[in-house]
Amino acid sequence: MAEREKDAHSGVETTGHEWDGIKELDNPLPRWWLWIFYGCIVFAVVYWVLMPAWPWFGGPTPGILHKSDRAQVAVDIDALKARRTAEAGQLSNASLEQIEKDPAMQSYALAVGQSIFGDNCATCHGAGGTGGKGYANLRDDVWLWGGTLEDIQRTITYGIRSGDPDARVSQMPSFGRDQLLKPEQINDLTEYVVALSHRPADPVAVQRAGQLFTDNCAACHGPTGIGNLQLGAPNLADRDWLYGGDRKSIHDQIWFGRGGVMPAWRHRFDANTIKALAVYIHVNSGGQS
Amino acid sequence: MSIFSWKSHGKLERHSMLLLIGIVIVVAIGGLVEVTPLFFLQNTIEPVRGMRPYTPLELEGRDIYIREGCYLCHSQMIRPLRDEVERYGHYSLAAESMYDHPFQWGSERQGPDLARVGGKYSDGWHRDHLTDPRAVVPESIMPPYKFLAEHDLDYHDLQDKLRAQRIVGVPYTDEDITNAVADLQAQDDPTGSAAGLQKRYGDKVVVRNFGGDPSRVTEMDALIAYLQMLGTLVDFATYKADAPANQR
Repeated sequence: MAEREKDAHSGVETTGHEWDGIKELDNPLPRWWLWIFYGCIVFAVVYWVLMPAWPWFGGPTPGILHKSDRAQVAVDIDALKARRTAEAGQLSNASLEQIEKDPAMQSYALAVGQSIFGDNCATCHGAGGTGGKGYANLRDDVWLWGGTLEDIQRTITYGIRSGDPDARVSQMPSFGRDQLLKPEQINDLTEYVVALSHRPADPVAVQRAGQLFTDNCAACHGPTGIGNLQLGAPNLADRDWLYGGDRKSIHDQIWFGRGGVMPAWRHRFDANTIKALAVYIHVNSGGQS
Repeated sequence: MSIFSWKSHGKLERHSMLLLIGIVIVVAIGGLVEVTPLFFLQNTIEPVRGMRPYTPLELEGRDIYIREGCYLCHSQMIRPLRDEVERYGHYSLAAESMYDHPFQWGSERQGPDLARVGGKYSDGWHRDHLTDPRAVVPESIMPPYKFLAEHDLDYHDLQDKLRAQRIVGVPYTDEDITNAVADLQAQDDPTGSAAGLQKRYGDKVVVRNFGGDPSRVTEMDALIAYLQMLGTLVDFATYKADAPANQR
């Protein structure tokens, strides 16, 4: 290496590079920067040895720690399950009634239920569980498919019109869209349903619709319109409405025959979770016994 | 004199052709390190049952998902972390993105992860929610997509889309491409015959009127068909999560 030139003004050596008379000073890199740089190199080498790092034929190099996120999450979930089994007590062996009656099991079920409800059910039934148009209110004592613990458990497990082979299924016909009834007949039936729920209605139309109701509606909703829990046929004689109780909503419902879909949850939740959720919903509503 | 001395390095810097060749060599090394593993991609994709290419309707729905920028706020990647598996279900597998070009993993979660949203809610809920998110989820900050139900789905270039997917590695057959339009219409029409569609894409393909208007195929139909399929393909009953090859 030849003798390096020193810059007369600063006393710093030059790199020897020169462009059009301008020379570059060979100032050293800041010490802090260098140490971080060396530290990174050391870290990288240690990391390559310990952790999966290099792409290689047949998969990445495993590293001597054999670290695997997938193995770790399985361990974490197993630990969680073990902890739950301990905390849940006899949830899996107890009946729904026993869970609800036993204070310890009930409080556990309510905690699980609340958390699961918030993540999964509230999306349709609302954060407070009060539902909305087309989504059932789970806080009242009006039930479409039954409000006993077992009814609720079954609805959660298999869903409603969910496509599951054990789902609850029924279909309100689209009397208007499929031209099963004439528009004026549907108008009369609308009046009839208004009258059923003890509100003032056109008496002549109600008179005309009596036979129509018996022929088309009574099979599911009952001759007096009180509904049928086996068929998910709502009570038409009360003031509680899934799709709205004003004349236009009732008319639309007869015309289009909407029926909600509730997914089956048995593929997402284990049996204990569904039990806890059923108890949570039953306790927080006017549940039937 | 070593080649690293300033004199020989100066020769490299002052000779443009030499410098060019040097740059190409250095960049090629970096490129090879990144690209070579892709030729061994089969290593990363777990052997699973159930994965299939998107049906034509789902593919159109995916294109609407991309067009509307859903991926900007929704991820499709459940990480192997306890809390994520608890909330969203089994962590995402590489195999589940094998027919995604481009993949939709996303990088932000303004909204929830959608990797397993398929079947979690009803079609009716998706319609209500896409039309007016705050009607069903009052605290939502998602914009409304009411217009999707008003726009007929434009699928005049459907066959070209399938061909393009085939070029990048999705195994669509000539038969799939020939029947693409019929398959798209069949999936949205529960009253018609879906035998051909199910022969080509499997029995588990869901045939329904997704968008709620049986008289036509709208963008809403396509998007909901896509959403309802997400995360439902892999048969986890046959997937061995604890097999050594699947631990990584």
